[in-house]
Amino acid sequence: MGNIVLDKVEKAFGNVKVIHPLDLEINEGEFVVFVGPSGCGKSTLLRLIAGLEDVTGGAIRINGQDATDVPPAKRGLAMVFQSYALYPHMTVRKNIAFPLRMAKLDKAEQDRRVEQAASVLNLTDYLDRRPAALSGGQRQRVAIGRAIVREPAAFLFDEPLSNLDAALRVGMRLEISELHSRLKTTMIYVTHDQVEAMTMADKIVVLQAGVIEQVGSPLELYREPRNRFVAGFIGSPKMNIIEGEEAKRRGAHAIGVRPEHMSASSTEGLWEGRVGVSEHLGSDTFFHVHLDGWPEPLTVRAGGEVAMHHGDAIFLTPDEERIHKFDAEGLRIA
Amino acid sequence: MARAVSTRRKIAFTALAWAIGLIIFFPIYWTILTSFKTEAQAINDPPLFFFFDWTLENYAVVQERSDYMRFLWNSVIVAGGSTLLGILVAVPAAWSMAFVPSKATKDILLWMLSTKMLPAVGVLYPISLLFIQFGLLDTRIGLVLVLMLINLPIIVWMLYTYFKEIPGEILEAARMDGAGLREEILFVLTPMAIPGIASTVLLNFILAWNEAFWTLNLTAAGAAPLTAFIASYSSPEGLFFAKLSAASTMAIAPILILGWFSQKQLVRGLTFGAVK
Repeated sequence: MGNIVLDKVEKAFGNVKVIHPLDLEINEGEFVVFVGPSGCGKSTLLRLIAGLEDVTGGAIRINGQDATDVPPAKRGLAMVFQSYALYPHMTVRKNIAFPLRMAKLDKAEQDRRVEQAASVLNLTDYLDRRPAALSGGQRQRVAIGRAIVREPAAFLFDEPLSNLDAALRVGMRLEISELHSRLKTTMIYVTHDQVEAMTMADKIVVLQAGVIEQVGSPLELYREPRNRFVAGFIGSPKMNIIEGEEAKRRGAHAIGVRPEHMSASSTEGLWEGRVGVSEHLGSDTFFHVHLDGWPEPLTVRAGGEVAMHHGDAIFLTPDEERIHKFDAEGLRIA
Repeated sequence: MARAVSTRRKIAFTALAWAIGLIIFFPIYWTILTSFKTEAQAINDPPLFFFFDWTLENYAVVQERSDYMRFLWNSVIVAGGSTLLGILVAVPAAWSMAFVPSKATKDILLWMLSTKMLPAVGVLYPISLLFIQFGLLDTRIGLVLVLMLINLPIIVWMLYTYFKEIPGEILEAARMDGAGLREEILFVLTPMAIPGIASTVLLNFILAWNEAFWTLNLTAAGAAPLTAFIASYSSPEGLFFAKLSAASTMAIAPILILGWFSQKQLVRGLTFGAVK
């Protein structure tokens, strides 16, 4: 069980509204990612669900029961913190067993579940160490272990990978996804990294300034962003936004073209410009192209072995089918 | 060159530190020394620094005249009891100030500290009346209560500083793991704050042990601790410096030994949070 409903939930700190009244439904077994720039309220929203913050208005229902005023200990949710928040005075074994001890499970059952979680997370050899003697990735695993042993209604992750180095981050990302497909428990995951959001989520919730901008599957958000903010936030590198003549010609205030939806040529094309910075990734090359009279350079994706250099002439042709159109308010024109 | 200057400075500072240390230690040294002199040698002019006939006579007399163990026991109970009670009250108070502060927290902390600036004699009358009213005069429980109250601001302040150093996320993690407030404080906060709590206990125990205003004014024979034991030797019947010194030495010895063995803990506790 792990169905969570937010009904007109809002939060203010003093006079500052950080979450404007919002509705959201998270279904049993879903992997939901809250994503947005820093300060958008995504962590606050997670803490409201956890019960670590009190809502200013609205209601939170977990599995159909009103949980708005239920303390965090009684909500049946488990949380993994950015700082891991392990208990430094306890061994790994005691850390993982702590929620079971709080639930007053008998000792044999505690041991059984700790051993099981440890084997799933490759922690068996470290059970008698203190957190200080572990690496960042191992600490993160302990934090996850502490969350899974109690078989919660849902897992809450608050930017769990942002303290890890890049290589480890990719590995842990896969492990968490793997864990989700095995446990099939609802997971709510907060991140500012849209790549994490795209790769892990069943459903992405894009937040900005305490408002939900769009909810949808990664590909829905990629294909049909509701507005310019979502369009710019989802996808890497960012979508190119073009205003003015080119947009007007297509009946819009602004158009958006993703770097991967343009073709680059050194001989012919719709828009002519000059190559600025180029980023060679091996598999792909991203060119920043300066066009005469355009305020911003465009980014285009080309193959990995394209031989064009700084200052060379380059021609870009957008895939007209995949151009996104936005009105003056920034909303998508269907 | 730079090296020579810094060495010279080092020597100067070391000498200064030793001088200050000796000045601070001198009264204690003199007291201990005097306790081994005869009454005549104790008031000898010029003062005798080392070469005199060492005697244990004063200790024998003091031992014979008053029941040292009873005073010692009272001191242990009063200092220990007030410290323990203070910690029990202060841990939840410091928890709430450190982790769920309100707008008034800073003011409350300052107000608590400001009570330490009030001269004790200013509240002697009301406290005495309360003691009479509740039959607390010359009782250990009365002393435990009053010493706990006067030291409470210091305990709360010290614990507050230590608790501030503990990341709030760890306590939140405990809450998510199903811990209620009691479990959170008992199983997570307290064990993490043990070094801080230990030095608070130690300092408070020393303060309570040495407290001499309330212990002298609110006790007679029954609950009198070692401070009263010392005071009983500065009597109007005549000055007996050697015996007074012997009594003082006996009174401060336990706390001196305790302090000696725990100095590392004390220094760490007092500078905790100041240096990261």
